[in-house]
Amino acid sequence: MTEKTATPGATVRPHRVVDESGRVLLQGVGKQYATRRGPVDAVADVDLEVAPGEFVAVVGASGCGKSTLLRILAGFERHTAGVVEVGGRPVRRPGPERGVVFQDYGLFPWLTVAENVRYGPRQRRMSRTAAKRRAAEYIEIVGLTRFADRYPGELSGGMQQRVAIARVLANDPAVLLMDEPFGALDALTRTSMQHELRRLHVETGATVLLVTHSIEEAVYLADRVVVMAGGASHGVPGHVKEVVPVTLAGERDVNAPDFNAVERQIAALVHAGVGAG
Amino acid sequence: MSRWGPAAGRFALGAGFIAFILLMWDLGVRGEWVLLFDIKMGFLPPPVDVAKLLWDFAFGGVYDDAFSGSLWGHLGASSLRVLAGFGLAAALAIPLGVLMGRFPLVLATLDPAVNLFRPIPATAWVPLVLLIIGFGSQATIFLITISAFFPILLNTLSATREVSPRLVEAALMLGTRPIGVLLKVVVPAATPGIVSGLRIGLGLAWVILVLGESNGIDTGLGSMIMLAREQVRTDRIVVGMIVIGVAGYLSDRLLVLGLKGAFGRRPLVRAS
Repeated sequence: MTEKTATPGATVRPHRVVDESGRVLLQGVGKQYATRRGPVDAVADVDLEVAPGEFVAVVGASGCGKSTLLRILAGFERHTAGVVEVGGRPVRRPGPERGVVFQDYGLFPWLTVAENVRYGPRQRRMSRTAAKRRAAEYIEIVGLTRFADRYPGELSGGMQQRVAIARVLANDPAVLLMDEPFGALDALTRTSMQHELRRLHVETGATVLLVTHSIEEAVYLADRVVVMAGGASHGVPGHVKEVVPVTLAGERDVNAPDFNAVERQIAALVHAGVGAG
Repeated sequence: MSRWGPAAGRFALGAGFIAFILLMWDLGVRGEWVLLFDIKMGFLPPPVDVAKLLWDFAFGGVYDDAFSGSLWGHLGASSLRVLAGFGLAAALAIPLGVLMGRFPLVLATLDPAVNLFRPIPATAWVPLVLLIIGFGSQATIFLITISAFFPILLNTLSATREVSPRLVEAALMLGTRPIGVLLKVVVPAATPGIVSGLRIGLGLAWVILVLGESNGIDTGLGSMIMLAREQVRTDRIVVGMIVIGVAGYLSDRLLVLGLKGAFGRRPLVRAS
């Protein structure tokens, strides 16, 4: 309804200072699954360090293990090799300092928008009134104040994803893990959501790891783009093929020649990665 | 139909069909039709007599015998038994179903026993129940409990197993402790399925009521029907059947409306 004209919400009062709690460290990370035909390596030997406040996008062909990596960082799956640390502490289970935004939103359908957003703060024993105030603030930031008392099922996909983002931000996470968050949205909504995410990243100072299929999205948003290749179906474990820094200054223009040059460079890496490893 | 809307049109269709059944019933009794299964319509009372008797059963003043005005006593006694048996079944089956759906060890432990007991019909329980519990209300409530228990359990179990793992992940990453996930996420997410199970269980409770009240009980709709059979009063039997049908229907509406009232606008009950 309104997301086509993306009403910009309020700006965020920065709740967090960028500190070491947002540092992400992956060292020699691997994930092995047991199958009937023996063990299979989904990913292997992944090394990656993400600085606090940095925005890193992960791209690669389907099955290259980029979502697995994100799920390991979220604590939904256990890595079988290497070191995984966030804020200097090993990741063992899911936790509110690592907010996850799913492609299919994962909102609680029996809670209103406002109740979904204050769910996290309430779980962390924030008082009812403080949690309400905080939820209202973040709902305003994503421009959904008029819809605060609606249920997720009554909202469009773009609006639901904004609720999901507000819900995670209300928890004041050090790291934001996003698994193809805009993959299910139409092109117009997607573009406006990308603008909003860029703004929110600047304003919150959270570290962001974004898994995406869209190279344009990666180049538009990220400070660095991680290109992954391989994958169990290629007979080679998923691995990091290259990390491309995006040094475009100022407001990025998806039609500018230098933007397209970076995009082409990454596309070439992604396509070379298919099959060849 | 356009003036009153499609709902009124559908209602008119349904009411019209019931009127048609009443008309056929009346014609059949007068013409002493013999239908399929050797149904002898001539043995039935005509609908007008049944309506008159139903009025007398509820409010008295027509025949003024022991039967007159006794509806409310029977209905009250039966409703209490249904409520007790159904309530007990729900209180046992819902928590058990959630635990079985969520914890593989609990499922592995209980599933074989559940599948062994489930196919035993309430009718097969009756002789044993009469010997080990004895005649009376308690036996009826027990039969209702075991009959309503299984549909509630199985619906709760499957609804719990179908809860999207995504919702559990969302709750965990927002800071819910693993033990809290059960009440915070699994139960609300499974509620539509649990409600379906409750409705099936409540319907079954009324079915089993008649079976339970057939033995050694003197108040209750089931016992009233059994007495009428001994007295060869088909009219009273039909009146009893109608009252049980209406009571079952109303209790289902009451359950759904009560839950909708408790949940407000929350999308927790499937549209019915």
